[in-house]
Amino acid sequence: MQFPSRRRKQTSNPQTELYAHPLQFYGEPPLENMSLAEFETFAVDRLKLLKTVENLGVSYVKLSEPYAKKLESEFKNLSFPYRPESGPNEYDKRRKDHISHFILRLAYCQTEDLRRWFIQQEVDLFRYRFNDLPAKQKLEFLHRNNLQYDTISVEEKKSLLDKLVNSSYAVSGITVEDQDFYKVPFQDALDLVRTRKVYLKAGYVYIPHQDIVTIVLNDFRTRLSKALALTARSLPAVHSDERLQPLLNHLSHAYVGQDYSIQKNVGKISLEQIDSLSGKSFPLCMRQLHQSLRENHHLRHGGRMQYGLFLKGIGLSLEQALQFWRSEFIRGKVDADKFDKAYAYGIRHMFGKEGKRADYTPYSCMKVILSNAPSQGDHHGCPFRHSDPELLKQKLQFYKVSPSGISQVGDANFSLNHPNQYFIESQRVLGGGKDIKREMDAPQRPQEITAAKGNNAPREAATNDPQGLADMTEDLDSFFQDA
Amino acid sequence: MLDAADICSKCWTLMTIAIRILDRALREDFGFQHLLWVYSGRRGVHCWVCDEAARKLSVAARSAVAEYLSLVKGGEEMMKKVVLSDPIHPFIRESLTVVERYFPRYALQDQDILGRKESVDKVLALRLHVRKELQQDFQNEKKPESRWKLIREQALRKQSTAKKGQHFEKEIMLQYCYPRLDVNVSKGVNHLLKSPFSVHPKTGRISVPIDLKELDTFDPFAVPTISLICEELDRPREGDEEEKSAETNENEKDTAERRKIRDYKRTSLAKYVKHLDQFLDGMARSWKGHLLRKSDLQKEF
Repeated sequence: MQFPSRRRKQTSNPQTELYAHPLQFYGEPPLENMSLAEFETFAVDRLKLLKTVENLGVSYVKLSEPYAKKLESEFKNLSFPYRPESGPNEYDKRRKDHISHFILRLAYCQTEDLRRWFIQQEVDLFRYRFNDLPAKQKLEFLHRNNLQYDTISVEEKKSLLDKLVNSSYAVSGITVEDQDFYKVPFQDALDLVRTRKVYLKAGYVYIPHQDIVTIVLNDFRTRLSKALALTARSLPAVHSDERLQPLLNHLSHAYVGQDYSIQKNVGKISLEQIDSLSGKSFPLCMRQLHQSLRENHHLRHGGRMQYGLFLKGIGLSLEQALQFWRSEFIRGKVDADKFDKAYAYGIRHMFGKEGKRADYTPYSCMKVILSNAPSQGDHHGCPFRHSDPELLKQKLQFYKVSPSGISQVGDANFSLNHPNQYFIESQRVLGGGKDIKREMDAPQRPQEITAAKGNNAPREAATNDPQGLADMTEDLDSFFQDA
Repeated sequence: MLDAADICSKCWTLMTIAIRILDRALREDFGFQHLLWVYSGRRGVHCWVCDEAARKLSVAARSAVAEYLSLVKGGEEMMKKVVLSDPIHPFIRESLTVVERYFPRYALQDQDILGRKESVDKVLALRLHVRKELQQDFQNEKKPESRWKLIREQALRKQSTAKKGQHFEKEIMLQYCYPRLDVNVSKGVNHLLKSPFSVHPKTGRISVPIDLKELDTFDPFAVPTISLICEELDRPREGDEEEKSAETNENEKDTAERRKIRDYKRTSLAKYVKHLDQFLDGMARSWKGHLLRKSDLQKEF
């Protein structure tokens, strides 16, 4: 077999032409035979890569230095291509990239949720790799993939100079002078519009050549979305192959993790326990929601969903839930009739007794952080993401977290990923001596476990020095800058 | 005790600001032309964007539009809901132009945010770094307009030295005046929407279209209620007796139907229906123009 050399020679092997560029749109599926073992390894490795992409995306600003460094090391570990030059090693890695993508398509095309997750991670992955390409290869990629938009004239650039410079941190007067600006319909550049990082006029955005990546990403996302819909249609044929079905099932369940929807402990919690449990074993977000509910005798929709599903996850039955919410709301402005008319339906819906009878699962941390941001009058969301840093600090202090614990909030690696997971872990820690060792093994959120144990915390020395307090403010500040 | 759900005449200014900001942005930034603004019947307004391009937007695109237009972010746990950093986007600048026009009368006078102690504390809480200096200055200066001038001066001073957090006077204005959008309703396509001309269950007011040419004089308390409409309909019509005697039995049903359709003209709804008609005419013209262009291209005659 002939391997491509640095100089572009005539290659007789069509496949080397296929992998001549490090990045691709995955337009054509691979057409070769391979062993089942390789099939499986490729798929699992890519899934690991995508999971890393997901986790890094929550903990770090995308494309920041720590993000890029960690992602690159994962590329190396899993043998995925990260070098722009061609070579024998790169060929193998690009082949793996190509094939593994298509295998995961089979596993992740089946439901709306799976598709959404897959597309999100593949887009993030693509963004990182495209960004990493040298400028020449970026251009080459554009030409290969037929992305053509009109540029604006020099006169128009001049007249829009101020607006263009003020629309984006990365655009200076020099940028406007030197680079071509493309006029793109805003529907093709939604990410830039959404974050207001571009000049928008009469339905068109004006993008400098250096930022063309967002357009590419949008295109990638659209193509992948369409492709997944098509793939889903051919699934029955794939599933009939007994060798593939178990693997594909395993792959698509791997990302979800435990969803705390199977209620093993229904009825084990009594309503009277909730107040004290909220202080001992609820994560901060749920504790906050519980407090707001007690204080205002009301919660808005977002809060009712987040907290209501959490309560279901810790073991409340439907009857208990109805009693809980009704008794609290009645203390406020809602009378019993109104509650039954307006709110009871929603609670029953949560438990899968109304509408399409979907038994909704309690929200994971990812979902709480990323979807349905709180606005005026809301108390839901994640306090570590959605709260004012000062308020958060005060709250943590009030809940007897040590000062050193507070600054660790900024450094912690995100490994807690579900509020109900927190509850279960906390109950275990509180429950038995033999589980104390577990506390030592779970270093990532020491301040949370400390809060759960309240006064029993043995480890930290709670000093209250003002200098430390000043440092902490800065730590929290920089943490929230990145978030 | 005031129900928090009621509005007062001072708050309506917020809606005027909202309409001016959003109407401009939807037209000039996004290129939409057919916008119908409708009073909700209580304390808000809805905007119906009827361009074909708008109706064809994907959910992701709708979401992007809604987020582009959002400046105030944060629930009850967030003190500072507006954060501006350099450079200031043209959209924000344009919005600030509108806000600055109304801010002195709305916030400083009507709402007196720099007069009463609790409000002053809230405002200063948004800017912790200079809070102490301002609190001292405020001991000697009681007039709201002068207090605001002091805040602006502090901001100007910070702008030349600090690298961030220097736009706080703008942030304060926006936090108090910039509209809060119901993003979820705007994003999804499965929400039930309040129809224009429906009756608001809490106030009885009709959800009427708003003519932007008369925006500054629009008074939500003068919007007709369902009881008013009923009253107006019950009033005897002029020329009623002659009409009745001229009818024959077979025509009675037809005439009654036609009379019912014309009846709205005798009520306070007349001018609002007229406005809706004009809006629809505009859309029809635009659609005809589009068809003409299309047939020209296809060379049909």
